[in-house]
Amino acid sequence: MTGPECQSASQPRTIGKVLIANRGAIARRIVRACNELGITSVVVYTSVDAKAPYISEASEAYALNGLRPADSYLDQDQLLGIARTSNADSVHPGYGFLSESADFAQRVRDAGLTFIGPDPVWLERMGDKVNARRMMAERGMPIFAGSDLISDAAAAREAAKAIGFPLVVKPSGGGGGMGMQVVEQMDALESALTQAQAVAAAAFGNGAVYLERWIPRPRHIEFQILADEYGNAMHLYERECSVQRRHQKLIEESPAPGIDASALREQAERGAEICAQLGYNNVGTLETLYSDGSSGFLEMNTRIQVEHGVTEEVTGVDLVQQQILLAAGGALPEPVELSGHAIEVRLYAEDSQTLMPSTGVLRTFQPPRLFGVRVETGYQQGQEVSPFYDALLAKIIAKGSTREQAIGRAIVALQAFTIQGVQTNAGLLLRVLRDSAFLRGDIDTGMVARILRTGRRIPAL
Amino acid sequence: MARHDVESEVTGNVWKVLKSVGDSVAEGDVIMILESMKMEIPVESPGTGTLSQVLVEPEEQVEEDQVVAVIES
Repeated sequence: MTGPECQSASQPRTIGKVLIANRGAIARRIVRACNELGITSVVVYTSVDAKAPYISEASEAYALNGLRPADSYLDQDQLLGIARTSNADSVHPGYGFLSESADFAQRVRDAGLTFIGPDPVWLERMGDKVNARRMMAERGMPIFAGSDLISDAAAAREAAKAIGFPLVVKPSGGGGGMGMQVVEQMDALESALTQAQAVAAAAFGNGAVYLERWIPRPRHIEFQILADEYGNAMHLYERECSVQRRHQKLIEESPAPGIDASALREQAERGAEICAQLGYNNVGTLETLYSDGSSGFLEMNTRIQVEHGVTEEVTGVDLVQQQILLAAGGALPEPVELSGHAIEVRLYAEDSQTLMPSTGVLRTFQPPRLFGVRVETGYQQGQEVSPFYDALLAKIIAKGSTREQAIGRAIVALQAFTIQGVQTNAGLLLRVLRDSAFLRGDIDTGMVARILRTGRRIPAL
Repeated sequence: MARHDVESEVTGNVWKVLKSVGDSVAEGDVIMILESMKMEIPVESPGTGTLSQVLVEPEEQVEEDQVVAVIES
């Protein structure tokens, strides 16, 4: 697929030393990819992360000042300073933190370094959700009814009349479901608007919001895209990510059960074609909602995703290596067939019933080593789980020739994972993996909330 | 006069204090919001009464079960 809007195909660059501007499981994953490619890896760490396993696995490690994200993993000056001191020639942002900051990507470039991700212009264009929707819709990607940015209550009322109720007020600059307000009727619109704008301003430094039709029990389906710098793009099928708590994903799998595969392929191909036309580069994910046979584009994530391992297991494509190779001016891999079924469960340091975060020292931390099971974690025994960063302890990715086999392996792996020192959500994950609706493939984004509401209390493991 | 201690359920940082000393609070009212592991954790009033003490400030670190405010009824 080659498109006219392809921009600035530049000369291949050499990537020889990568600064990894992140922590946890993704920092370790990138270290591994660098080591496998024979590239020198540089990690950074705060004092509470000083016992992380990737510090010794990386070629070099630099201590950060500060603990809180703003003073450490989000501190652009500090990170660029270490890039300079260590003589890194490129920066990998991972996910979260600065991964979608166009400003940071541009500063990396201005420092003469390679940013391992899309051109900064894509972080900016796709970071504006309203703009992203318009760009995709204009090129034939289906979307659910929605508005432009809302300026005031009168504009909101007008847009709401066209969209209908229920609808959702969404921050334009945000993600992760923060600040979203579902509105059932017109008289609740104004207060929801005010509240969403306030949260958006506080959380993202940008109070802009828009309205979208609310799909009550949707499935979250996303498509993995790979794109080179020469106007070519391909997809690596879909991931089903509907099992969520507080709008955060808990379980992801590929392929998506119970949806016509040819319809999904058609959408994935459409998405890849549009990315090629736009001249998008590196990896990206097109997030969509699916409900009763219709689907709508939500947003594009311009980075590697937490759940990338699911796609790697069913396609055999190493997405983190691909990111680095594509950033060095490489070409796309050969098209691949999807094989078997993979499912990822996210083990969080939080109570299974109340979902309250849990901190402490990992007195015991023994990941399972089992056939068909891969564990991605940035933790090891003796390390501290602090309140400063997110609660992800480990990702367990189980692969099978069928969905049933993959689920069985995920259950056994969860039972075999020994953790002492913090509460985990293993009990909740097991409850979902054994839920009859889940086993039928009857999934939607509200199912965890229903399980928590209706089920008996989940015992701590 | 009954005194109710308001405790933090988690280890984290105080993000925002929403009520002031002297305010009337009902059971379930959010007194402050803590931040832990990138999540906002509301601290709710355990009873109805008057907020007599707020023992923490924004940015301050709190431990699990720490008393962060006192209600009198």
